[in-house]
This record gives sequence, structure tokens and C-alpha cells, in this order.
Amino acid sequence: MPHAVRFREAVALAGRFPLLSGLSLEVAKGEVVHLRGANGAGKTSLLRTCAGLIPIAAGTAVVLGHDLCLDRQSLRREVGLLGHAGFSYEELSVEENLAFALRASRAEMGRADAALERLGLSGRVRKTPVGACSAGQRRRLALAVLVARAPRLWLLDEPHAGLDLEARAVVDEVVREAAASGGTVLLASHELERAAALCDRVVTIAGGRVIAPEPDEVLDPPIAALAGGEVGCDVA
Amino acid sequence: MWHDAVLVAGKDLRIEWRSRVGLNQVVPFALVVLLLFGLALGPDAGRLRAAAAGLFWVTVLLACLLSVQRSVAVETADAGRDGLRLSGLDAGGIFVGKSAALALQLLVLEVVLAVVAALLYATPLSGIGLLAATCVLATAGLAAVGTFYGAVAAGTRVRETLLPLLFFPVVAPVVLAATKAWSAALSHQGGGGLGWLGLLAIFSVAYVAIGTVAFGALLEDG
Amino acid sequence: MNALVPPVDHGLLGESAAPHAVISSRRHRAELALRIVGVAGLVGVVLTVWLGLWVTPPDAYMGNLVRLLYIHPSMAWDAFLAYGVSFAASACYLWPRTRDLRFDRLAGASAEAGVVFTAITLVTGSLWGRPTWGTWWVWDPLLTTTALLFVLYLGYLALRKVPGDPEVRAKRTAVGALVAFIDVPIVYFSVTWWKSLHQAPTISPGKSDVHGLMAWTMLLSFVTFSLVYVWFVAHRYRLAGLQAREEAEGLAYALAERRAEGGAKAVEKNEVLT
Repeated sequence: MPHAVRFREAVALAGRFPLLSGLSLEVAKGEVVHLRGANGAGKTSLLRTCAGLIPIAAGTAVVLGHDLCLDRQSLRREVGLLGHAGFSYEELSVEENLAFALRASRAEMGRADAALERLGLSGRVRKTPVGACSAGQRRRLALAVLVARAPRLWLLDEPHAGLDLEARAVVDEVVREAAASGGTVLLASHELERAAALCDRVVTIAGGRVIAPEPDEVLDPPIAALAGGEVGCDVA
Repeated sequence: MWHDAVLVAGKDLRIEWRSRVGLNQVVPFALVVLLLFGLALGPDAGRLRAAAAGLFWVTVLLACLLSVQRSVAVETADAGRDGLRLSGLDAGGIFVGKSAALALQLLVLEVVLAVVAALLYATPLSGIGLLAATCVLATAGLAAVGTFYGAVAAGTRVRETLLPLLFFPVVAPVVLAATKAWSAALSHQGGGGLGWLGLLAIFSVAYVAIGTVAFGALLEDG
Repeated sequence: MNALVPPVDHGLLGESAAPHAVISSRRHRAELALRIVGVAGLVGVVLTVWLGLWVTPPDAYMGNLVRLLYIHPSMAWDAFLAYGVSFAASACYLWPRTRDLRFDRLAGASAEAGVVFTAITLVTGSLWGRPTWGTWWVWDPLLTTTALLFVLYLGYLALRKVPGDPEVRAKRTAVGALVAFIDVPIVYFSVTWWKSLHQAPTISPGKSDVHGLMAWTMLLSFVTFSLVYVWFVAHRYRLAGLQAREEAEGLAYALAERRAEGGAKAVEKNEVLT
């Protein structure tokens, strides 16, 4: 099975500090993987590296067929990162921000309305400048951009943080749909039960690398069943 | 690239239109500088008139620094430049777009400043064609170098202090050439300014070209 | 991309055993050559000082001031040589086929030397100008260009000081050096033109005739200070190399520490689970 993400002993640095300290990880296409680990373990660094934002200092890293040691730019339109920040412009309204992001990544504009609707941003808030939006609304906007773009690889960093119950349910739905339509998802979260219900597999990260050897933490079948019938456990 | 340039320029101009930072802060700042020059050089009309072109361009340069910082701040407000990098936009397009938006704002500023400087320094604006051509060419160069060094400095934690140190020495020839061209126009010797226009054109073309090619390397790794 | 840190498996920055002897003999020869350059430079400086201050006669017009001839022009030459080398090294770094952090270190070392030589050029020029032109500073094209160069490269050095990943920093500063260097001819051309439009042509400090011993002393000063430049840059370059190595070795510790952090966590977690 072709891999969406394949890291071998990858090292990534921030100045002198190693963010990733020889991380090895393989994620098959269509897999939904839960990344867990303490604060500072390297989850966010892994996601940012997958998005091509952090250079690889040693080892190899291939994401969606792009070798990150050679080229970290051409995969940008194929991955979607939901980070701690929203990548939005405060002076522009919600819909203008969405339109800019979609035009920039050459995505279809057609899905914009549906995405806003989906994330509950279709009302008055649609015309509100992002600077006047609440933190939760900004997060919804960031997610709406991903939904409208429909990337091949979803990199979700604490996607449930700061959201109300309704929006959390939408996040879960979005992840399931992404997986159902063949997308690969890396989901970093401290909400273990919620993530367990969504994901095929758990990867534990500590000290900048994967500490639990890969395939041995496949979820128990009962938990996978809880996750809902349509999610297949297609672990390689 | 052009698609991306138009997109980025439109975005920057729309943000300026909404926030009016240029209009409410940079323009008044430049006017204050013009006034201060007047105070420093005394009320002697002859001396002010002789120095008018130089004072105008130094003021433009100072205002340009503020505009560049604003242009960088727009991108770094939410999550640094990750947004631009993740967007999948072409780096050359980003450079051209941001430079164009900056240049347009500077041109508006220059029109306002020119009128005020003409009044304050008792210098009638003559040779409008040469004045305008100088503004366009000089502003293109200033905006290109400003955007370029804005990106260089944006990746560092000492942005505010590093930017002027990098930016000003490089644009010294622009200030010199633009001042000379303006002096020639204001003293009704328009022919003497054409050579300086050529120099400004060379400068602008060189730095727009370098910026378009090298911007990717800067944006990528800050 | 991976030049700095070899794959972790093979021992980070561990010395490979095979070509050790070859490297050490080459290093030995390089050190010997550098020492010879240093000694020659030192002898040259002593000779230049002796010839310049005691042996050569004072000039008919300029008197003892002419002795600046043995330091000012050679310093200016060194400065331009240094910037030229810095530019070439930056260009080599940017060219993908010759991309090597050693070029980055060379560019930095040479620019540092260049700034020092430029400062000396400006100071000696100013000292010379005061009695000759009656003022510390004239807006002479060469002087003005040199002053702008000085500021340009101070900016470049400030940019080099900004911390960051070595490769990132190298690329950023190489682009910066390129942009700064391209400005030099534009500055020179514009300043020259600016002056020629207004004032009489520039006053050349070395217009009095230079003969015999004076010419030889001047030539000696050029050779000497070029040797000094080479010696400076070679040592600065080596120091930069050592700093990079120290940084990379620190990296190995940092990596080990980071991984141990993971190990400790793993044990902790197991304890919780069992």
C-alpha cells in the first residue's frame, strides 16, 4: 500500500533545539492516526514538518510522494494544516478570508458556501471582520477553509480545542468524511477518548520521536466498532 | 505568478482600505517630518526652496520604512508567515503583489506630500511630467527593496531595528537620483533630470528582478 | 540539505575512520602554509613600518603626510578585495552545484575583514584629508562610496548575527550579500555623476610623484596587507568552522537529551499502564 507519510529517523531543528530527534513513522493512505504525547513531545512539530514548514536536517521524510529533503513547496496545495493560529487577516471578513485562501490554493470556489454553512458561519458572522470574531469562530473559519479545500492529507492540531459541543461534533463528522473520501488524517489531541473513537490507530510521541513501535497499538476491535461502522480499520 | 500577484496586491490594498493605517498614521507622520525639517532649516524661504527636493525624498524614505513595517505586520499578525507559506502562492507572485500594493500606497502618499511640501517650502511644482515620472520609477525601486528586506527582517526577532539598517544604505542611490531629478524639474531644467530617470529605471528593474527570483528563498526559511 | 547532520544511525558527526591520515596530512600542510603567511605578513608589517616611517624621505609638498601612502591605498585595496571574495563566496553558496556551508563561512569571514579594513581606510583617508583638503570629509565619489559600503556591510554583518538554522541563515545572508554587492556599482556611478555635475573633479590624494624607494615601499605595503588579509580571513574562517562544529556537537548532545526525554516518558507511561 502506498504511504501518505513516511518518516525515517527524521531530525528537524529549531536553531539548536531538536524538534524531531530521529522520528520514524509510516502512515498508509486513508488512515486516520491519533498522535498523542505530553506537551512539548513533538506532535505539533511533526504536523508542521508534514506541511513542509520545517526543514529536515537529517534522515528522510516523504509526504504524499514529495521528498521533503528536496522540495517542501509543491506539496503545500495538497495538505491542509489546522494549527494553533488561524492564518487569517483581521481586517478581512470571514468570507473574504475564506475566498483568499481558496483562490491562493487554486481550490474550487464552489464549496465555500457549503463549508461556511457546515461550520455555522453562514449567518451574520459571515460578513464580520475576523478581528471582531471570537476565538471559537476563528477556529471554525480555519476548519471551514480545510473543508472547502478538501486536502489529501489533513493535519489537525488539537482540532477540538476551544470549540463548543456542536462544533466538536462537526469536527468529528469532518474527520470521518475526510477518511471516507480517501483522505489521510493525522490528528494530535489530548482528548484521548474522543480521538480514539475517530482514529484507526494511536501513535505515541515523546522526546521528538515515536516511542510506541508502530503497528502494535492498533485499537481493540470493540473501540474501533464504537467509532462507527463506516470507518474501516485499514491498517497496513 | 500574475494571478497570485493580483490576488496578494488586492488583499493588501483591501486591508489598507479597511484599516486606514497608511492614511491615519503614515501620512500624518510624514507631514510632521516635513514640518520638522522646516523648523530645523529655519524660516529662510530661499534655503528651504533649495533643499525642498531633498527634504521631500528623505521624508518619503522615512514614511516608506513605516509602510514596509506595516506591510510585514499584516502577514505576521496571525501565526507569522506560515499562512503565506502554506497558502501555496507563488513566491515571485507574493513579492510582486506586495511590492505593487506598497508602491501604490506610497504614490498616494507622495502626491499629498508634494502638495504640502510645495506650500510649506514655497516651491511651485514645475515640470509635473518629470516629477511624476521620477515618483513612479523611484517608488517602484523603494517598494521592491522594502518588500525584499521586509521579508529578510521578518524572519528574525530583531525586525524593527534590523530593517532600517539593511534598507537605507541600499536605497541611498534612489534618494540621490530622485532628489536630483526633482531639483532639475523644480528649477526648470528638466533636461538635466532625464539621466537620473534612467538611473532610477535601472535600479528599479534590477531590484524587482532580483526580488522576484530570490523571494522564495527568503520566504521559505525564516 | 543533509550536509550538516549525517543520519543519526551512523553516529552523529562521528569521524569516519578511513581517510583520517589523508585529512591530517593535508591539514598539517595547510597549517604550515598559514603559519608562513602569518610570519611573512608580520615581517612585511615591520618592514613597511620601518621603511615608511624612517627610511623613506618626506614629500616635497605633503611633508610627512605622504607616509599615509604606505597604509591608506593598501587598506582600501584590501577592503575591496575582501568584499569581492565575500561576494564570490556568496554566489558560490547560492549556486546549487557548489552549495556548501564552507562558502558561507568564507563569505562571513571575508566581510568581517572587509569592514575592519574599510574602517581603517576611512579613518586614514580622513586624517589625510584634514591637512590636504582642509576638512575631515569631502563628498568625493570614492569616499562616499566607501562610506556607504561600510554601512551596507555593517548591515550584512548584523544580518549574519541573527540566530537560526545554519542553512537558513546561510541562504538568507548570501541573498543579502548579493543584493548589497549589486548596489555598489549603482552607488559609485550615481555618486560620481552627482559630483561631476556640480563641482570640480575629485582631488586625488596621490597626485605627487612617487619614485624609487617610495614606490617600492608602497608596493611592499600592498603585498604585506594582502598577506595580513589572507591570514585574518583564514583564521576567522577556521574559527567559524570550529564554531559550527561545536554547534553541531552541541546538537548531538541536544538530540541525545531530547531522545532520553522520550525514553523517560516511555518508562513513566508503562508504569502508569501496568
